[in-house]
Amino acid sequence: MAEDAVGGTLTGTRIRQQRLARGIAQGALASQAGISPSYLNLIEHNRRKIGGRILLRLAEVLEVDPQTLSHGSEAALIAALREAAGEAAEIGDAEGAAAPDLDRAEEFAGRFPGWAHLLAGTLRRAQAAARQVDALSDRLAHDPQLAASLHEVLSVVTAIRSTASILVETPALEQEWRARFHRNLGEDSQRLAEGAERLVRYLDDGPATGRDILSPQDEMDRFLAAADHHFDVLEQGGDVDAVIAQSDLRPGTGAHVLARAALETYRTDATALPQTVLLAAVKRHGLDPLALAQEADVPLPRLMRRLAAMPEEAVGPIGLISVDASGAIGTLKPLEGFAVTRLAGACPLWPLFRASAQPAMPLRQRIVQPGRGAQPVQAIAASEAAAPPSFNMPPLMRSFMLLLPDTPEDRDAAPMPVGTACRICPRTGCAARREPSVLGNTEDAKL
Amino acid sequence: MSSQVLLIEDEPNIIEAITFILSRDGWQVRSHSGGHDAMDVVRARQPELIILDVMLPGRSGFDLLADIRSDAGLAHIPVLMLTARGQRKDREMAEKAGASMFMTKPFSNADMLEAVRALAGRA
Repeated sequence: MAEDAVGGTLTGTRIRQQRLARGIAQGALASQAGISPSYLNLIEHNRRKIGGRILLRLAEVLEVDPQTLSHGSEAALIAALREAAGEAAEIGDAEGAAAPDLDRAEEFAGRFPGWAHLLAGTLRRAQAAARQVDALSDRLAHDPQLAASLHEVLSVVTAIRSTASILVETPALEQEWRARFHRNLGEDSQRLAEGAERLVRYLDDGPATGRDILSPQDEMDRFLAAADHHFDVLEQGGDVDAVIAQSDLRPGTGAHVLARAALETYRTDATALPQTVLLAAVKRHGLDPLALAQEADVPLPRLMRRLAAMPEEAVGPIGLISVDASGAIGTLKPLEGFAVTRLAGACPLWPLFRASAQPAMPLRQRIVQPGRGAQPVQAIAASEAAAPPSFNMPPLMRSFMLLLPDTPEDRDAAPMPVGTACRICPRTGCAARREPSVLGNTEDAKL
Repeated sequence: MSSQVLLIEDEPNIIEAITFILSRDGWQVRSHSGGHDAMDVVRARQPELIILDVMLPGRSGFDLLADIRSDAGLAHIPVLMLTARGQRKDREMAEKAGASMFMTKPFSNADMLEAVRALAGRA
């Protein structure tokens, strides 16, 4: 594959650069590393892929970290460079100037790592700034809380203005009316004060107070991640209110509502399947969700939520993603090596999105995202009804996908290639693609 | 002629103030504050003029206006829309839905009187 060839370029070129930088002859390096000069020559010119012991020996002789020579550590950097090129092309940047050579991104990253990091950093900062602008304008234009607050204030102001001018402009207003309008004014001015205070408090919570503008989901993610998705208080039958009171989530915000709902579910799940019972079952069955669900006699989605809530030192890293029927991500506990974003739509190839097609059939699949550093993961997906049943109505489903690190026993099955989100996915010829990638796969124009 | 104005608005003190001003000007004012059943009230009252708030509990004033305009018996009634947002989008939507006039909160009593008189004169 083209990717491998490019990956090879980087390693060989780097070895050559490191050797030249140290003034070591090719033959000398080859003999110290225990390989023939002609073999080293092939490596340096990227005709041979190397790894393992040879790479380690070369790194040792060159006195550099093997990571520096191998491509793994730079995969993210190169992806960022391609992304930067893609974004520049998208906005029609650099009129008349030469376009970046996409196929030389690796060479650029290898030869000028400082500049490449600078460029990638600039891209990330620009993206963060753009997201913040989006969040801000979104907040102003569509924020229901802000709109409701403003509407309330304007309504009360209207009532006050009308009432006040009646009092001022009506000569010889009857005593009864006068008293009534005065009372209305009193009520309305009180409501106005409260409404204005709410509005100010809401706007104050913006960036001026140092709080990032986050979507309610982001704020909830941050809250759950800070607790490692585990709440001892709830494990011991404690109160949701007690947990939420300890957090810095503000009552009345969307994040507060979301976090409360997540904690209520946590508490119900923990009551149904206590941590001690689950961990004892894990000792017997390992991380086998079906066996565990059967022994604990709980539905698979509940078991998956409970596994994701266990301390990492007891069960290792476990990820969990949930989506509603529209595909919007609800729960998001990431697993290292499997990228998920709330910003762009997720990859429709994830088993997660197939689980609700046959709700009674849980799915298990080894999947892998693109990128040379990507590790396959075990995905287990299952659905549950998101609301109590109603007569003659199909159930409203919610799906969960548990992500477990790959284990040696799993390696017999080839992982199914999936993506993160189309925008940053380099896979070509994908039937599920819904928008072009910014990574510059021009041949993949078919949507 | 009945000279009846129907005021569909959910803020009680605005209802009271507008009712007072228009009553003093010789209008018979009836008010209604729900969105869902407002159409029944319009049909029953057959007012000469309707003052309609955009944000009603239960139903959007735009929807209500569309219903009024598509009812042969009611389509001729002038409708004055009230909104708390003076955004162009609201104004465009009101015009498209067939509002006779559009007024942004907070309005002055004099503006309200003038608008009602103008609409009634046109009617």
